[in-house]
Amino acid sequence: MTFPFLSVLILLPLLAGVILLLLPAGKRGLIRGIALGVSLITFAISVYLFAAYDKDLAGYQFVEQMQWLPALGISYHLGVDGFSLPLELLAGIVVLCGVMVSWKVEDRPREFFAFIMFLASSVFGVFASLDLFLLFFFFELAVFPKYLMIVMWGSPKTKEYGGMKLTLYLFFGSVVALVGVLAIYFTSGLQTFNLLELEQAGFGLAVQKLWFPFIFIGFGVLGGLFPFHSWAPDGHVAAPTAVSMLLAGVEMKVGAFAALRAGLMLLPDGMQFWAPLVLILATINVVYGAFIAMIQTDFKYVIGFSSVSHMGLVFIGFATLTPEGLTGAGLQMFSHGIMTALFFAVVGMVYDRAHTRNMAELGGLAKHMPLAMIGFVVGGLVSMGMPGFSGFVAEIPIYMGAWKTMPLVAIISVISIVVTAAYILLVVRRVFFGETPEPIRAGLSDISVMDKIVVVGLSLLMILIGLIPSLLVPMIQGGVSHILSLVGGA
Amino acid sequence: MTFLSIPILAWLILIPVLGGLLLLLIPGKKVALLRWSALGISLIPLVMAVVLWVNYQPKADALFQFEMNIPWFAAINSNIHFGIDGISLVMVLLTALLTPLAILTSFNIKVNVKAFMVLFLLLETGILGVFVSLDLLVFFLFWEIGLVPMYFLINLWGGEKRNYASLKFIIFTIGGSLGLLLAIQMIGVVTGTFDFVEILIAWPALQSGTLFGLPLETVKAIAFWAFVIAFAIKVPVWPFHTWLPDAHTEAPTGGSMILAGVLLKLGAYGFLRLVLPLFPVESAKYAGWLAVLAVAAIVFGALSAASQKDFKRLVAYSSINHMGFVILAVAAAAWAGGSTDPAIRQSSVIAANGAVLQMFNHGLSAAGMFFLVGVLYDRAHTRMLDKFGGLFAIVPTYGAILIFLSMASLGLPGLNGFVSEFMIVRGVWPIFMLLTAISMVGLLFTGVYVVKALKLVLQGPFNETWAGKISEINLRELFVIVPLMILILSIGVWPSWILNIINQTVMRWF
Repeated sequence: MTFPFLSVLILLPLLAGVILLLLPAGKRGLIRGIALGVSLITFAISVYLFAAYDKDLAGYQFVEQMQWLPALGISYHLGVDGFSLPLELLAGIVVLCGVMVSWKVEDRPREFFAFIMFLASSVFGVFASLDLFLLFFFFELAVFPKYLMIVMWGSPKTKEYGGMKLTLYLFFGSVVALVGVLAIYFTSGLQTFNLLELEQAGFGLAVQKLWFPFIFIGFGVLGGLFPFHSWAPDGHVAAPTAVSMLLAGVEMKVGAFAALRAGLMLLPDGMQFWAPLVLILATINVVYGAFIAMIQTDFKYVIGFSSVSHMGLVFIGFATLTPEGLTGAGLQMFSHGIMTALFFAVVGMVYDRAHTRNMAELGGLAKHMPLAMIGFVVGGLVSMGMPGFSGFVAEIPIYMGAWKTMPLVAIISVISIVVTAAYILLVVRRVFFGETPEPIRAGLSDISVMDKIVVVGLSLLMILIGLIPSLLVPMIQGGVSHILSLVGGA
Repeated sequence: MTFLSIPILAWLILIPVLGGLLLLLIPGKKVALLRWSALGISLIPLVMAVVLWVNYQPKADALFQFEMNIPWFAAINSNIHFGIDGISLVMVLLTALLTPLAILTSFNIKVNVKAFMVLFLLLETGILGVFVSLDLLVFFLFWEIGLVPMYFLINLWGGEKRNYASLKFIIFTIGGSLGLLLAIQMIGVVTGTFDFVEILIAWPALQSGTLFGLPLETVKAIAFWAFVIAFAIKVPVWPFHTWLPDAHTEAPTGGSMILAGVLLKLGAYGFLRLVLPLFPVESAKYAGWLAVLAVAAIVFGALSAASQKDFKRLVAYSSINHMGFVILAVAAAAWAGGSTDPAIRQSSVIAANGAVLQMFNHGLSAAGMFFLVGVLYDRAHTRMLDKFGGLFAIVPTYGAILIFLSMASLGLPGLNGFVSEFMIVRGVWPIFMLLTAISMVGLLFTGVYVVKALKLVLQGPFNETWAGKISEINLRELFVIVPLMILILSIGVWPSWILNIINQTVMRWF
């Protein structure tokens, strides 16, 4: 029996969350120390797993399995493949960064960090689940910390609305997905939720066509799939900084990943049948998201809508069902996760100092917080798919996949590049350059050391992947070839 | 050719960016150290370019020399494939030469010197990368990456309308390259590779059938225009030129020198390297349209330049005029690609030689002209031509240099512009006779705007307000302009040192 890394990765934050809640509220130093310590450990584990994974062997590794509810065919079954492991790494990075930028939280830090730990446990769990029930369990585990964190620590004006909207949308998606999950559980006749067995179940075409939309769209709501995306900008904006980072950086990937794992991988023929529709919806995501981002006046909304736009590319990659497209989607999930976490971190840093996110009231911040500006510019370049940064190496394979299936998708969605360039450059100019308006000048100061580590680390990571895509690609390709073998075999 | 087992072309690309990173370690307050370090770093690629020049074998059989090829993005079969031939070598030399001169010019930058110098070195990497890349995706990578430093150079250190100008510049260029990006992806999907040398064989060989449900001919024509538009915006060819006067006028002097001296050449280089070889049939078919646009650029560029009141804007419009000749020659070479008549073929080789030489020459003279405008602006803080007058009396050396550069720009025999423009006109004449004749009108107005500028600045009654305010060109500035003047003169009187390199390559391609 090898050391159960995945269990530790998932259960340690859960345990830490419970312990935090039991501590006296006054011990702020201890509380945030524990949160940082735990997130450092989970980060280290995710890095270790990433490095230790055998890329030549591919397949599911670090597998752990235990009976849970044998009567229902439910087991505690964990494992990661080349597709999910980069997402575990992403989650490890974003959780750590989220804790670091929340270092100065004053308002009820005990509950704040405890909820972040619960959220972390949930996302680590989803990416590692090899049991459909377990996957759903972890998927739902995130709902309550998300809701509470938005309504308790969110922006004063919109937190109730944003939290409520997010929860209702996601709840709706979960219910629809649950219907699909139960349907395939019963039609398989295997009496199991084991994903590996369900993958080989060989569902009939009619079943696949019928239940695919339930699962894919149900989970896809959390991935921001059009037309169910509108929770995302409101939710991201209403949330406190660390939660925005986790929501857009990791939770949206949880949605897309669950749609892939339970939808595409279990019902590949269903995916093939519905692919044109998904391609069209995702293309709308990409272009519409970019245009809406452009007309926003609130700094944070720009980033919120840009996430909708970028997640569309992930869904395009899925729906192409080509090696290029899926590899690109895997890269894009990682790249976008890092990028958007950085964006929201910088937005938070600006808001904490200027107490406004209205771009008309901001300006000249580069003088006061130069590193935040550089981080935002790097994120912006990733966002506009500038070559040399991680966004480009993710987008190119997705577009190539689209060329192989529906060229029009590539031709239309490429418009988003120039729109993104325009809005990013405008935001950079309005927020970071020009004159600093008098009302906000008093509160400005440079960002803290913790913040600097986050900004520099995330920026370097995106440049590194942009220049050396082979850091991630061979691993993702291993996962993709397994996924495509299911499509071919069915 | 390698150094520390890393190929020389990799060093060429890496040195500016590594040097830029090194500059980041220097405290921002040590302005002098930053300036001199940046200059020192930028001299290394120049030395390397000279080494390449000396070791280059013009008559060797290989299509490209100093080649290197290492995997970059294996999943989609894209490699870091570098190599140069005579055309790219000339451009590499031009870039490596103008960058140190532009950095020396930019010693007048007072604020945020560190960021300026770092961006400048990044820009050099981007530009050099385009000229040495033999992989379409890597080519695109460098093509786009150079935009970012240029955007910030204009946006942060530019003139009054810098926000407008920089955004217009980058949106035009990114927008223009969307089609290029799509076309490159499409070619990559169809041929299964991004390697230029492989695509050069595979892509033109595709002749009939359908692609994506459309006739191959249509797909190729669309891809051809996607390439053409991206490069035409960069050159720029009329009517895609409107970003240029704004960007050039608002950029800081060093930025304008690189913008006009090298960045515009990227577009023309794209035509010669990619469009003509990859789309021989389409190029021949649509060459006439391209020639018409080129002549429009020549004529309108000259007319617009002649009507400017701002000295820098005048020089900016003159770039459109001069680059028009390059594109006219490209169009002639494209047209001749479809012909088997030996006389026509020979003319097209002359035209293509002229095009490459004109790219080099315009790089020298445009950089020099922008520099001289900058020198004047630094002292007078205005560029309005009607505010000057009679300056020759107080700044005779500057005046003499300005006349020299203006004459090179005008095409005076004995200086470089004459050689290349003569070759272009000689080469294009048998192919597009009427259009060449019309372009002569443009040449006439070139004379008009050059003489107008000289008259308003140097001649006439001395404008007393400048007495004691405009000082003579200083030593640092002389170090910038004298090398340019020497090269201008040397090409004018003895062009074969550079034409030898160009001609062997051009004969192979056209």
